[in-house]
Amino acid sequence: MQRTFLAILALLMSGCAAIHEKTLDNGLRVIVKEDHRSPVMVSQIWYKVGSIDEPEGLTGISHALEHMMFKGTARLKPNEFSQLIAEQGGRENAFTSYDYTAYYQQLEKSRMSISFELEADRMQNLALSAEEFAKEIQVVMEERRLRTEDQPDAVLGEKFMSVTYEKHSYRNPIIGWMSDLERMKVEDLRRWYARYYAPNNATLVVVGDVKPSEIFALSEKYFGPVPRRAVSAPAIPPEPAQTQERRTRVAAPAELPHIILGYHVPVLTRDNEWEPYALAVAAGVLDGGNAARLSREVVRERRIAATVNVDYTPIARGANLFVLEGTPSQGRRIQELEQAFRAQIARLREELVSEQELRRIKAQVVAQDVYERDSMYYQAMQLGRLATIGLDLSLMEDYSKHLQNVTAEQVRAVVRKYLLDTNLTVSVLDPLPIKAGQKSVPSGGAHVH
Amino acid sequence: MCTKAKWWLSLALLIPLFAQASPKIEHWTLTNGVRVYFVQANEIPMLQVRAVFDAGSARDPKDKAGLAQLFGAMLDEGAAGLTTDQIAARFEELGAQFGSGADRDMASVDLRTLSDPRALEPAVDLFSKILSQPTLPSDSLERERSRLLIGLAREAQSPAALAQRAFSRALYGDHPYGVDPAGVQEGLKRIARADLTAYHQRYFVGRNAWLAMIGNLSLSDAHRVAEKIMGGLPAGEPLPALATVKPLEKSVTKKISFPSTQSHVLVGQPGIARNDPDYFALYVGNYILGGSGLVSRLSNEIREKRGLSYSVYSYFAPLRVAGPFEIGLQTRNATRDQALTLLRSTLKRFIDEGPTPTELEAAKNNIVGGFPLRIDNNRKIADYLGLIGFYNMPLTYLDDFPARIQAVTVDQIRDAFTRRIYPDRMATVILGGER
Repeated sequence: MQRTFLAILALLMSGCAAIHEKTLDNGLRVIVKEDHRSPVMVSQIWYKVGSIDEPEGLTGISHALEHMMFKGTARLKPNEFSQLIAEQGGRENAFTSYDYTAYYQQLEKSRMSISFELEADRMQNLALSAEEFAKEIQVVMEERRLRTEDQPDAVLGEKFMSVTYEKHSYRNPIIGWMSDLERMKVEDLRRWYARYYAPNNATLVVVGDVKPSEIFALSEKYFGPVPRRAVSAPAIPPEPAQTQERRTRVAAPAELPHIILGYHVPVLTRDNEWEPYALAVAAGVLDGGNAARLSREVVRERRIAATVNVDYTPIARGANLFVLEGTPSQGRRIQELEQAFRAQIARLREELVSEQELRRIKAQVVAQDVYERDSMYYQAMQLGRLATIGLDLSLMEDYSKHLQNVTAEQVRAVVRKYLLDTNLTVSVLDPLPIKAGQKSVPSGGAHVH
Repeated sequence: MCTKAKWWLSLALLIPLFAQASPKIEHWTLTNGVRVYFVQANEIPMLQVRAVFDAGSARDPKDKAGLAQLFGAMLDEGAAGLTTDQIAARFEELGAQFGSGADRDMASVDLRTLSDPRALEPAVDLFSKILSQPTLPSDSLERERSRLLIGLAREAQSPAALAQRAFSRALYGDHPYGVDPAGVQEGLKRIARADLTAYHQRYFVGRNAWLAMIGNLSLSDAHRVAEKIMGGLPAGEPLPALATVKPLEKSVTKKISFPSTQSHVLVGQPGIARNDPDYFALYVGNYILGGSGLVSRLSNEIREKRGLSYSVYSYFAPLRVAGPFEIGLQTRNATRDQALTLLRSTLKRFIDEGPTPTELEAAKNNIVGGFPLRIDNNRKIADYLGLIGFYNMPLTYLDDFPARIQAVTVDQIRDAFTRRIYPDRMATVILGGER
């Protein structure tokens, strides 16, 4: 019955709308997916520049520039971009990650052209005034205080990344170190903007109640005149292979201890045929729902953890990590949770995953593909990420097919190859008492505008 | 899928609806009193279900704050002879997703399933068993209680969460809205299994329940599925009305010392109920004051002009009885007095002068023009169906909406803010470190 059910699901998936694309003469790649359920559209422009590209001393510059993109152009006053979009009933925002910077608008479809007009404008005519920058960098510092400095788990996450990567720029937080934000100059941003904000370093993704031909025509009209420019992104220094386990502790005012374990693992590339998929299945065996091993055994049966989370996202420009994190339950020690995590990895190394577990994970993945079609925004995100990383757009649909083909032997093989103690970093948060009046001891994720 | 965090914000965003491409709502009542709201949407082979009960944290016994949350956490811990593990495995093998949670007013239980009968029928069958015959095992109770206590400890290290709790307390005092839905330690510790079974018997009954469904089902199948999901519940009794909220009699300021680099500043008062006649004037007015992100007056004064805060906002969260009106920001400790002064003067000026005609026009353009975005997927529509049912909003609410927004005038906004908002009788919470 399960077999037939999966086969039916696979059939359901084959009805997905086609993806249309075109590259303009200036190098801008335009991707369109139709979704005619509602009279709306989402438009996202993705620039291939993120914290991965930042040199030491300029950390956080991609994100700071993202903020400045709302502060006026040769023809728009500061904040006028947002006012114009709001008046059209639109929603807008932007986000910066390790790998990219992206901007989006969601609009009723008859108003879509304003999105193209305004994005094309700020792709080439950004004002970057010193006066506006002086204020906005303060806003960025407030954002850093809000998201990182005053959040002990975030402080731990930042420390973890800076230890697990010794050389690769993923060691720096997306929002940047406070000391770099304090010294950042508007001239730095001008250079950053000139270097990366070119049509040939960008991808436009549109999903919604639109026709590909009209989107291609609008893109040509508004973005077509933006000149192509040389983009010289320096090579990213690779992370040297890790040869022994690393450990780090953070002591901060907090109520709860927290632990992060991370292993270096491969990313999805055009040549990497099965390893990332097998790692994704391994993550599902551990944490793919309430019936998965960590919830069932570590949270419910043994009651060692109050919360657990496993993260592996194989789509990234640089390196990648397989991460387990959690908070112990009341009366349990952080060491017990670490041991439980390690024992779970050891078991995956030794035993084959059961057929039943594999089936359950695959059913979830395929159903998730159906559910994701409920969100145009999410579909646009997927397309933009694939395009910016340089992967084939057919992975939108093929990703779950690849997962269907993963075997228990392959799961064991990737765990044996990558989830090794010599390849592991462990970070632990030691709570200090929260006392009023004491100085806070501050030290990642995506940052939105 | 649990609806625990940021509930006020999510309610505030979910306010209006209007007619352009508004979905066709089918409505009927089961014999046990469950009110069903259904929208047929055949484009994606899925069904989204939300069961809603008048059983939010405002119904928690005074000495057992956290009961609704704990019940939500316990709901899938066993049903009709099935264990937690069996329930989890069965949903996951079907690709179905289950969730439950409670805010101040409602307890909600969600299911998302593929609409292929091979997935839908067993998923709906299991969902129905969970709603009607939960085991609520004592053994799981200790674990889930302990996990919620850990959740409270996590809040105690978060300046934002602590400030929000203090704010509710300052606004509502002893009214049930004064306690956060996550409850309090002593309350959670007092809850026994008998409290959970009593909760289920009293609240999970037809006349206290609403069912929202959207997805790839025919109308006749929807009738059958609705009956299968909730037709087995006893009719029971609806709950008595919640106590009304008393306005604040004078200003209160609560300063809380916490070792954070930022201060969190919250200012407000009890606001409005869902069915308040001033609702539209206050909603549109608040959009201009602090409800429109980067383009609001508060954001312009505090973030755009001076760079004092990353996030500054205001909102009404209309509830069964007066929900909060809240203005909030965070800023480094050294600038909190300056930011608070600006917040107050911006509010005062808005009340005194009202919006300009240009601001009102821009607000209407956004709210009416952006309406299709609020109902552009199944999940959002399911949320609306639950609200329309629970708050007894008319089925034509969607169709009437644009006209209601367009009809709001500058005078109405100024009048409503003058009558309803009292800057000299507000609660202020300032939580942060040394300057």
